[in-house]
Formats: sequence, C-alpha cells, structure tokens
Amino acid sequence: MTNTTSTGWTLIFSAWLIATVSTLGALFLGEVMGFTPCVLCWYQRIAMFPLVLVLAAGLLPFDPRVVRYALPLALAGLGLALFHLALTAGWIPENLKPCQKGVPCSNIPVVWFGFVTIPLLSVLSFLSISGLLLTTHLKGCK
Amino acid sequence: MKQKTIFIVAAILMVLGFVLSVVLYTSQKEDAANQLAETNSAALIRMHSPTVGKSDAPVTIVEFLDPACETCRKFYPLVKQIMADNPDKIRIVLRYAPFHDGSDKVVAMLEGARHQGKFWEALEILLSFQSGWTKHHAANPEAAWQVLRRIGLNMEQMNKDMNSAETASVIAQDLADAKTLNVTMTPEFFVNGKPLPSFGFDQLKALIDEALEDSNAR
Repeated sequence: MTNTTSTGWTLIFSAWLIATVSTLGALFLGEVMGFTPCVLCWYQRIAMFPLVLVLAAGLLPFDPRVVRYALPLALAGLGLALFHLALTAGWIPENLKPCQKGVPCSNIPVVWFGFVTIPLLSVLSFLSISGLLLTTHLKGCK
Repeated sequence: MKQKTIFIVAAILMVLGFVLSVVLYTSQKEDAANQLAETNSAALIRMHSPTVGKSDAPVTIVEFLDPACETCRKFYPLVKQIMADNPDKIRIVLRYAPFHDGSDKVVAMLEGARHQGKFWEALEILLSFQSGWTKHHAANPEAAWQVLRRIGLNMEQMNKDMNSAETASVIAQDLADAKTLNVTMTPEFFVNGKPLPSFGFDQLKALIDEALEDSNAR
C-alpha cells in the first residue's frame, strides 16, 4: 500500500466519521428527543445521510474517485446549512424565509454553550467533510 | 486489512455510543416525566373533568384526548374493553387536549353535551364518525355539529353553552394543565398519576395491570 493511498484513506475515513456522527446525531435529535425537523433540516439530511454510505463504499476498498460522488452532496449540504444558519442568526430578512407551514426554519430548539445551534453544527460538519474531500482530491493530483 | 478493521471497529463504536445515549436519555426522560407528574398531581384532575367509573375505584386513568385525533379514536374501544374486564376497579377521567385545528370548537360542543348529561354519547358518536368531520388533521366544526344533531340534544341550549365563558375557561384550564404536565401529543395517559414510559397500547396495558396488582396487594 502506497503512502498517498494511506493518507487518502485516512482523510476519507475522517470524513466518513464526521458524516456518521452527524447522521446519528440528527437521528437522535429527531427520533429520540422528538424535535420535528424543519424543511431545511430535511434537505440537509438528504445531503448528509447518503454520505455515510457513499464514503463507506469508497473506503472498502479505497477508491479516490469517491470524492467525485461525495463532494457534490457535501457542497449542496454546506450551501443549505449556511442558508439555514443565516436564517436562524437573523442575517436574512423575514420575507426571504422559504418555509411557512409546520416547524418554522428560524426556530431554534436548542443552544449549547450559549452559541452552538443545530444549523451551526451542520455547517461545521459539511464544511469539514468538504475540506477533507477537497484535500484528498488535491493530494491525489500531485 | 488493517484499514478494514479500523472501519468496522469505528462503526461498531459509533452504533454502541448511539444506543447507549438512547438508553440513558430515555431513562432520564422517564424519571423526569414521573417527577413532573408527581409534583403537579393537582393538575391531573379538575372538578369539571368528565369521569366514568366508581369514584373510589383503585385505579384512576387520566386521559388527555383530542376528539379529532385518530389514535385517540383507536384507543377508545381498547380502554373501554379494559374497563369492562375490570368492573368497579377503574375510573377514567377525561381531559381535553384540542391540539388539532378547529378541535377547540368541537371540544366546546362536548362541553355543551356534558351540560345536558350526554357527554359520553356525544363523544362516542363523534369518534365513530370522526372521518366525516375531520380532514387532513383539521376538524370541521360545522360537520361535527351535524353529527351531534343525531343524539337528540337541545341544540339551541348547546349553542349557548358552547360559547359560554365557563366552557372557555374549562378548555383553557385543560390546555394549561396539559402544558404543565408536558402533554404534547394525544392521547396521553396517566395511570394513578404515572405517565406512560413510552407510547403504545401494550405500555398502557402494562401500567394498568401493575396498578391493579398494587391495589389487590393492599
């Protein structure tokens, strides 16, 4: 096994760990703690959940092309998460809110340590997954 | 092969961590719910609450119910059956939890029927024709009104009673108590003051059986 393969594997593995922890976390919040996901949360879940399976498939055995398939999901998720964060933080004015029925997306059910919200965690997950995937891609090109 | 091992170990650890958190969280929540019901036992039963069964029955079931709730309809005959199986042992106290849109109007009609001594008849006919007056999880009060015409109520009096200040305060009180007891879904049951550990008919049955056994032991 060459060195680049091993580094690449570790990077994708880290991304997979983040995706899995995020997925289990989302399931815990939704199914166990009983928070109803808002519309934007659902779209972010749509981007996050498949990453667990797609990245796992790229790890067993290692296939660097997994970046091609996983990165679009991660970037789409990142975009949605940033939008959601902007909405909850009040950076986007009221009338641009996309969801009216059910649970409003501007709703903030939990805040940890005074500033950590679910959309912030989502941004951090998608951002680190995207970063790890991009790094894998750039290392492979060399 | 080493990588495969790392992957599998990581996957198992994460799933175990998840399961452990679920177990811890649920047991904590159960304790909290029991505590909440214990400290707020005054909010469980009010003077106005419709009651069926002997007043000195050893087991009291408090049910928070929404007449427009489908699961409440499905539970109704099951609870009735348990009552029939244990004559004189169980008392049911109904509380209103009109969470569906338009449901508060239907609850007001039930209050009107209660004033005419026809509460249970009204509730039963509303539940059995539920699909006729609910649509997409919202109640249609006019349709419910038509259903209630069939049981021979004085509809003029009913109209007065359902719009009275007393009815409004009964509904407000029940909703406030639901909030105090953290009732967010219907039906919610409290058996001798204890909430269901998790939702389900089997869990309710187990809680009732436990309470019955306790009363027999005494």
